[in-house]
Amino acid sequence: MKINIPTPLRAFTDKQATVEVNGATVQAGLDALVAAHPELKNHLFTPDGKLRSFVNVYLNDDDVRYLPAAEASAVSADDELTIIPSIAGGAGRPGVGASRVLCCR
Amino acid sequence: MKLHITQADYDALRAHGEETYPHECCGVLLGHAKDDGNHVSAIVRAGNTRTDSAHNRYNISPMELIKIQREGRKQGLDIVGFYHSHPDHPAMWSSTDFAEAHWFGCCYVITSVDKGKANLTNAFHLSGTTEDDKAFQQEEILITKAVGENA
Repeated sequence: MKINIPTPLRAFTDKQATVEVNGATVQAGLDALVAAHPELKNHLFTPDGKLRSFVNVYLNDDDVRYLPAAEASAVSADDELTIIPSIAGGAGRPGVGASRVLCCR
Repeated sequence: MKLHITQADYDALRAHGEETYPHECCGVLLGHAKDDGNHVSAIVRAGNTRTDSAHNRYNISPMELIKIQREGRKQGLDIVGFYHSHPDHPAMWSSTDFAEAHWFGCCYVITSVDKGKANLTNAFHLSGTTEDDKAFQQEEILITKAVGENA
């Protein structure tokens, strides 16, 4: 399967935008990716092996977290995985929610 | 390191912030990362999914981001940054912006929109390689000539 690598992580894939790996499941594909590019491990996974909260992985057009089998979902050679870090922010402070704040930091 | 962007794209991202006021706008910068900084070839507007708190939060859905990335690749362009607005708030990164910043090497452009009018626009480069050593560094915005534009 093909795995699309976002720009900030290409420093760890020899600048490759896509990496071809073999694997029967999403998890196997990610494991193969990390095996080929070990520096990616800490960027993708927490110390206990779970995907970091801000790292989204899509199987074609589906968020892997919401697939019935999640990372155990089966994949074929024609499938495409995309790793896409979240993009968010805003003027408000973290955890403040809808309240308006006046100070930046 | 500088952010290289055409006047048209610069004006367009500022205008976006005025259009969505009093809510935050957001979008993606497509282009190329070069030794002298990120060069923007196109900007793409994105929807703000934070409808619960759109006046001081933004979020781009991952699926929309993937679609923008796919379209960019077809044109030989990469995601090199993002932009959003701060309605009635300074054009400085907030603690939320920093906590939610994960695109190392990319540029985060912030425009303050005061009473509906775009005011300051600043660019911040996310340096570092991990959540532990990341930092925002303000960088100069260099307005460039569009392709085919006469000097």
